[in-house]
Amino acid sequence: MPWKAVSPIEVYKLLPRTNCKECGEENCMAFAVKLVNMETKLELCKPLLKESKYKESYEKLKTILSPMVREVEIKSAEKTVKIGGEYVMHRHELTYINPTPIAIDVDDSMPKEDIAKRIEFVENFEYEYIGRKLYLDLLAVRSVTNDPEKYKETVKFVSENTGLPLILCSLNPKVIEAGLSVLSDASPLVYAATKDNWKEMADVVKKHEVPVVLFSPGDLNMLVSLVNTYLELGIEDLALDPGTFTGSRGLAYTINAFTKLRWKACNEDYKLTRFPLIGTPIVAWKMINGDVQQKMWWETITATMLMTRYADLLIMHSLEGWVYLPLVMWRFNLYTDPRRPVAVTPGLRTLGSPDEKSPVFVTGNYALTYSLVSSDVESAKVNGYLLVIDTEGIAVECAVPGKKFTPDIVAETLKETGLEKMVKHRVLIIPGKAARLAGDIEDATGWRVLVGPLDSSEIGKFVFEKWKPEVLREIFGEEVL
Amino acid sequence: MTESEKKKDKNSLSIDIIGLISSRLSETLQKYGKFELVLEDVIIEADELKIIVQPSMLRQAMAPAVAEEVKVIEEILMTELEEPKFEFVGKIHEVKIGSTKSEGGTRDRTLIVGGETLPPVYRLVGIEEAMPHRPIIGLDVFDMRIGLPRAVKQYVDDVMDDPAEWAKKCVDKFGAELINLHLISTDPYIKDTSPREASKVVEEVLQAVKVPITVGGSGNPEKDPEVFKAVVDVAEGERIVLNSLNLDMKLEDICEYIKNKDCVIIAFTPMDLDKARELNRKLYDYLPKERILMDTNTAGIGYGLDYGFTVMERARLNALKGDPELQQPLATGVTNALAAREAWLKMDPFWGPKEIRTPLWETLTGIINILAGADYIMTMHPLTMQTVNEIVEVLMSGKLGKAEDIMDWVSWKL
Repeated sequence: MPWKAVSPIEVYKLLPRTNCKECGEENCMAFAVKLVNMETKLELCKPLLKESKYKESYEKLKTILSPMVREVEIKSAEKTVKIGGEYVMHRHELTYINPTPIAIDVDDSMPKEDIAKRIEFVENFEYEYIGRKLYLDLLAVRSVTNDPEKYKETVKFVSENTGLPLILCSLNPKVIEAGLSVLSDASPLVYAATKDNWKEMADVVKKHEVPVVLFSPGDLNMLVSLVNTYLELGIEDLALDPGTFTGSRGLAYTINAFTKLRWKACNEDYKLTRFPLIGTPIVAWKMINGDVQQKMWWETITATMLMTRYADLLIMHSLEGWVYLPLVMWRFNLYTDPRRPVAVTPGLRTLGSPDEKSPVFVTGNYALTYSLVSSDVESAKVNGYLLVIDTEGIAVECAVPGKKFTPDIVAETLKETGLEKMVKHRVLIIPGKAARLAGDIEDATGWRVLVGPLDSSEIGKFVFEKWKPEVLREIFGEEVL
Repeated sequence: MTESEKKKDKNSLSIDIIGLISSRLSETLQKYGKFELVLEDVIIEADELKIIVQPSMLRQAMAPAVAEEVKVIEEILMTELEEPKFEFVGKIHEVKIGSTKSEGGTRDRTLIVGGETLPPVYRLVGIEEAMPHRPIIGLDVFDMRIGLPRAVKQYVDDVMDDPAEWAKKCVDKFGAELINLHLISTDPYIKDTSPREASKVVEEVLQAVKVPITVGGSGNPEKDPEVFKAVVDVAEGERIVLNSLNLDMKLEDICEYIKNKDCVIIAFTPMDLDKARELNRKLYDYLPKERILMDTNTAGIGYGLDYGFTVMERARLNALKGDPELQQPLATGVTNALAAREAWLKMDPFWGPKEIRTPLWETLTGIINILAGADYIMTMHPLTMQTVNEIVEVLMSGKLGKAEDIMDWVSWKL
C-alpha cells in the first residue's frame, strides 16, 4: 500500500482532546492538522506520552503517522543528522522530508595535515542561496590500513577536530570496534555489514547501539537477506547500500536498484526495504578512467543522479567547491515543500534611501529572484524602489512565457503600492528577460519602460550608464527625469 | 561455602528456609524467568541466597529464558526480493522526427522518440519494451548573434553570424544528431525579420546539414504562426519540428495550415498540467498524436528546476497511469539552465572556473530532466551534449555492476 494522507479528524480522535496547549498549538485539532502535514512531532504531545490511558492511542498514532522509510539518526556530541524518514516516492505526492546529507571522506593512511585540510573544507563550505546557508554535513572515516590502532587514532583525531557526526567505514569489525571505543556521547553510522562479516559486525553494533549500513553490491537478494537477518537479531537502525557503480560499469544497475528498493518501500509497504539508502559516488575515483577532473565530473554526475533517485546519504571524495555547489542547490530544490512556492510577499520595497528621482525596478516574487535582485542593487549602492509583482513564486525567465509576469499584474501592483506619489518620473525598469513585454507594459501602466539588463548583477553598471536625464532624454525622445 | 557455614552456625533455621525457597525457585524461574520472594518475619540478606542456590540449578532454570532474549543466528536468513508490481497501463505515442530520401525528405536519418510503457528508470530493469527509444539531444543554433556565456561562445564565436555554418559546425565538429534552430530575430522587438527572410535561413540550414531539424520562433504569439507557415512551406517533406505552439496563439489558423504538412509540433505550456492537457485537447482536433511533442517547461538547478522536474514527472506518471491527454513524448529546453548565474558568473575561486560550471550546470540539469522522463533535450554546450549522450548510452545499456569492482571501496587508497 502506498502511503496515504491521513485525515486530521482521524488523528484528532486519537489525541487527548483536552486542548492543553502543551504542544505549542492552540488546540488539539490544530495539532492534528500539523501532524498530518508532517509539520510537527507527535512526541510534543506530553499527555499522550505520560498518561497510561493514552498508551493505546499513542501506539496507533505512531503507526499511522510513521514514515515508509525508517528515520535513522547519526549523532556527534553536538549535532544530529537524520536520514530517511520519507513517506513518498515522488515529491509531489507529499514532500520529501530529510535532505540528503553529504559526507566527505578522510582515511587513516592520510597525513594529519591532509585530514585537517579535508575537515576544514567540510566545515568551511557555505553557500548563501535565497537568504539561506547551504552546508556539507558529515565526515566519513575510512580504514585503509586495516589496523585497529591506527584507525582508533584517526577517529580520535577527527572527532577532536570537528563537531560533525561521523561515518565509520571498514569491513573489519575489529577496526570498527576500535573506532567506536574512542567516541563517547556519539552515535556514528557504521559502514558496513556484508555477507561475509555480518555476524561479528552485528555483535559490535548491538553492543554499542549504533546504526549500521548493510552493503551488498550488485546483489539485492543478499541485501534483503541481510536485512531479514538483522531484524531477526533485533537490530533495526539500518541503512542499505545496494552498491554504487558508475560510468559504463553499472550506473544503470545502481539507479535501477535504488528505484526498485524505494518503490517496494513506499508503494508496496515491503518491510525489508523500508530503510534509508546510501550512495557512494566516491567510487568514481577508481571506476572512472581519465584525469582527476574527469573523476570529479563523474562523481558529481553520479551524486546528482542518486540524489534525484532516492539516495538518503552520499559519501564523496572530491575537494572542489564546484563539485558540491550544484548538489547542495539541487538538494535544496528537491526537498522544498512543493505544497508551498518559494515566494516572497509581493509589493513595494525600498532599496537604500530613494528619493523622487530614484529608479524603479520591477521583478517577480520568486524568492531567489528577489534575493538576487535586492542584494545586487544593494551591493551596487543604488538607491531605488523595487516593485515585486506576484508571479506565483516563478522566476522571471519562466514567468514571462508562462503568463505569470504580465503587463496587467505590473499595472495592478503599481497602482496598489501608490508608487506614483513617491516618484516624480514615470519610468519602470523591467528585467531584460521580460523585454518582449515592454510595449504592453507601457500600454497597461501608462509609464515609460526601460528594458534593464538580462541579469541583475549588471544593475549597478546599468544605472550608472542609463539613469541620467540626458541619456533618458535620448532614449525616449523627451524629458522624463 | 565458608561464609554459609558461618551463617548456618548462627541460625540453624536458615537452611530450612533456603530449602523451601529452592524447591520453588527452579519452578518459578522456569515459568516466569524471574521470581519475587515474600517472607514475613524473616530477614534474609541477598548474599545468603546467592550462596545457597546452586549455580548448576540456576543455569538449568534460566536457560530457556536467556535463549529467548538473545537469538543466535548461524546462517543468513536467505530471502528473495520480489520484483516491484507496477501498475502502469498507459503508453507514450511514438513520434518520428526527420524524413529520409525514401520517405520523401533529404535527411540522412530519422529519430524516433516515445513509446514508453514505464517511467524512465525502469528501462534499466531489463524490460526493453518499457523504453524502446533512447532520449535524443539537439544543439541550439540561433539566426543571429546573441549574448552567450563565454564558456559556450568560445566554441561557436566564429560561426555566430551564419546560422548554416553554425549548424554545420554542430554536426560536423561536435557530432550533433539534431539541430534546434531558433529564429529569434523574427521578434518584432528584436529585428522583426519577415517570415519570408526567416524561412530562407531554414532552407540554408537544411542545405548545410543532413540531420533532422527543429525550428523555433521568437516566442511572439502573433508573429510565430506566420513564421511557421512560411517555414513549413520551404521545409515540406523534411518532417521538421516546430517549436512551439501554445495557448496564446490563434491555434485554429496555424493548425489548419499545417495539418496536412509533414511536420511535428511541440506543445508548450508553462509548468501547468491543466494547461498542458487543454493544449493537447485543442491540438488533437487537427493533428494526429504521432505529430505532437510536449514541453512542460524547465529551468536550471537553483532557478526553478524543482517545478520543472516535478511537473514533468507528474506529466509522465499520469500518462503512464492512463491519462490520454498527456501521452506525448517530452521535449525540454535544458539551455534554460544557463540562466543560472552559478553557470556563468565569475565567482570566488573556491567555486571553480566558470568554464567548468557552465557545461556542468547544463549537463546536470539535462540528466535530471531525463530522469523525470524527457525524450528530447535541447542544449547549448557541446560538452553537455556529449556527456548526456554518454550517460544515456550507459543507462540504456542496462549493464550490471560487478561486486568485486567496489566491494572494498572503503579501504581504497585514493
